Amino acid sequence: MFRKVALGSLALATMTAGPALAQDISIKLGVLNDRSGVYADLSGEGSVVAARMAVEDFGAADKGIKVEIVSADHQNKPDIASNIARQWYDADGVDAILDVPTSSAALAVAEITAQAGKVFLNSGAATTDLTGAQCQPTTIHWTYDTAALANGTGKAVTEAGGKKWFFLTADYAFGHALERDTTAVVTATGGEVVGQVNVPFPATDFSSFLLQAQGSGADVIGLANAGGDTVNAIKQASEFGITQAGQQLAALLMFVTDVHALGAETAQGLSLTEAFYWDQNDSTREWSARFEERQGAKPTMVQAGVYSSTMHYLRAVEAVGSSDSKEVVAKMKATEFDDPLFGKGYVRGDGRVIHDMFLFEVKKPADSTSEWDLYNQIAVISGEDAFLPMRDECDFTE
Amino acid sequence: MGQLLLGLINGSFYAVLSLGLAVIFGLLNIINFSHGAQYMMGAFVAWMLLNYLGIGYWPALVLAPLIVGATGIVLEKVALSRLYKLDHLYGLLLTFGIALIIQGLFRNYYGISGLPYQIPEALSGGQNLGFMFLPNYRAWIVVASVVVCFSTWFMIEKTRLGAYLRAATENPALVGAFGINVPRMITLTYGFGVALAAFAGVLAAPIYAVNPNMGADLIIVVFAVVVIGGMGSIMGAIVTGYGLGLIEGLTRVFYPEGSAVVIFVIMAIVLLIKPEGLFGRAA
Repeated sequence: MFRKVALGSLALATMTAGPALAQDISIKLGVLNDRSGVYADLSGEGSVVAARMAVEDFGAADKGIKVEIVSADHQNKPDIASNIARQWYDADGVDAILDVPTSSAALAVAEITAQAGKVFLNSGAATTDLTGAQCQPTTIHWTYDTAALANGTGKAVTEAGGKKWFFLTADYAFGHALERDTTAVVTATGGEVVGQVNVPFPATDFSSFLLQAQGSGADVIGLANAGGDTVNAIKQASEFGITQAGQQLAALLMFVTDVHALGAETAQGLSLTEAFYWDQNDSTREWSARFEERQGAKPTMVQAGVYSSTMHYLRAVEAVGSSDSKEVVAKMKATEFDDPLFGKGYVRGDGRVIHDMFLFEVKKPADSTSEWDLYNQIAVISGEDAFLPMRDECDFTE
Repeated sequence: MGQLLLGLINGSFYAVLSLGLAVIFGLLNIINFSHGAQYMMGAFVAWMLLNYLGIGYWPALVLAPLIVGATGIVLEKVALSRLYKLDHLYGLLLTFGIALIIQGLFRNYYGISGLPYQIPEALSGGQNLGFMFLPNYRAWIVVASVVVCFSTWFMIEKTRLGAYLRAATENPALVGAFGINVPRMITLTYGFGVALAAFAGVLAAPIYAVNPNMGADLIIVVFAVVVIGGMGSIMGAIVTGYGLGLIEGLTRVFYPEGSAVVIFVIMAIVLLIKPEGLFGRAA
């Protein structure tokens, strides 16, 4: 296997060996995410490891590009994220900020990045506003967004016969955005929304809300929440026999770490949408095995997105022969990629990265051969279908 | 009707947790901020017993409180016992710091997403009551918590041991003069309060996400319960625990957005009208 990796990187090196070999460029990348709170497992230190792996696999040192990686905890707070971003750009000479989960924090960093004339490679945040109303010429939104999740899970479940929806919505911006986008998809596919309840965030006990959903006569209970809330809701839905009674659960945002936390026993049969799963093909398996060796867990799609966006960024830096943000971003948008983790794709003018999304179903415990063997792939959703088209509200695009 | 029952079930958690807090405050005068972390430890120890030693839910229900209670005893011996002469604030700060350390450690080793824990075989499934589907496990929670709450109340208010304890808080020197080992009694009391938290943690493991923050999310509400009931009042903690569970359950139906704050609104009102709490004695 080692030989294959070596060969692979050799091939990569020959393919991408561009105009300048002995260039001397220094780059500083800042991984800014949640290192201690609810998103620490799906981004956190794992994203730093992913960024480091990208630098190593790219062979930056051999190409005369010196890359330094720094990281910080934004605690999911926009004000803290803004302060760190300013400090990094103004005082520490950071060229690009990576990851940044939590939509509100990501939007703040996007604005500061544009003001500073640097590059923002977002992987962790969900809001479509990053490439919509609040888009910036320096933002690249790599992994997923609420529209892609809705187009995956929302559409597939409605088409499969789940016509009547009831939403349990986390009562803050993200939950409402996810509900709004999914509602649009559900009604466009011929379904209807029979009710919803705003659940205070974060919540421990969902039984009361689940009972309301049960009484609504809906076919599908859409969980417009994330992390511990989703885990709690699913655990209790299984306890209250909701799925056994014929209603279906749709987790609108769920990461492989959440499914792992639930266990296949409780999560089985659940459908969800992700941009990446470790067990998709040889190259995802190979990369994920190396990741697991260093981090002790399988990578999430957010961490995979940090790896791939860093890789695409470094290739652009190499090609233009400088770290100039404008040129690098223009190069990234002009170059289609064939990524080992995300397949073929491209960066659209508004900064939205278009790649395939995947609809998965959680395996039955009997079919799961290991702790992380959790998904069956149900469908591939092409990038054009998954993500929203370019919108007029994003005004810097020509 | 179904919603009322659910409120009662949530109230069971509040009752057991606030009972532990009330016992510790009533007898030690320590505001135990690490209570949430100890509740979390209860759930994690249950998980560890299952995954490392193959010990199931039922033994864990006894073992986990014992183990976590023992860590509480060590904590009391090593640190808390040095603070009794000082202001309440020091105990609060110390236990708060310890809570952060414990949560940090668990986060470091087990991550934030949590761990799976299944409902025991004997209690899976449920009963159809006509107006709602009641999972057997929830029914068990109510029964278990009522039994624990009542026995604790009985022990402290009605037995000789409880009388010693109460006397020791009134006048430790005098009780000591009768030949009763007051420091040891206080240590055991703290261990018992902590064990109650761990017991609630084991009860919660099959139905709530088992993660390092599970206690931090709950503890603030539980403190409000204790304040409403009257700091240190055993009966107050139990009754307000169940009562507030019911009120919260109703709010979830009629105004779900407000269900996270309703308990704090009640706390504010109670503090304005009766600052010593519903069941507290005026200081």
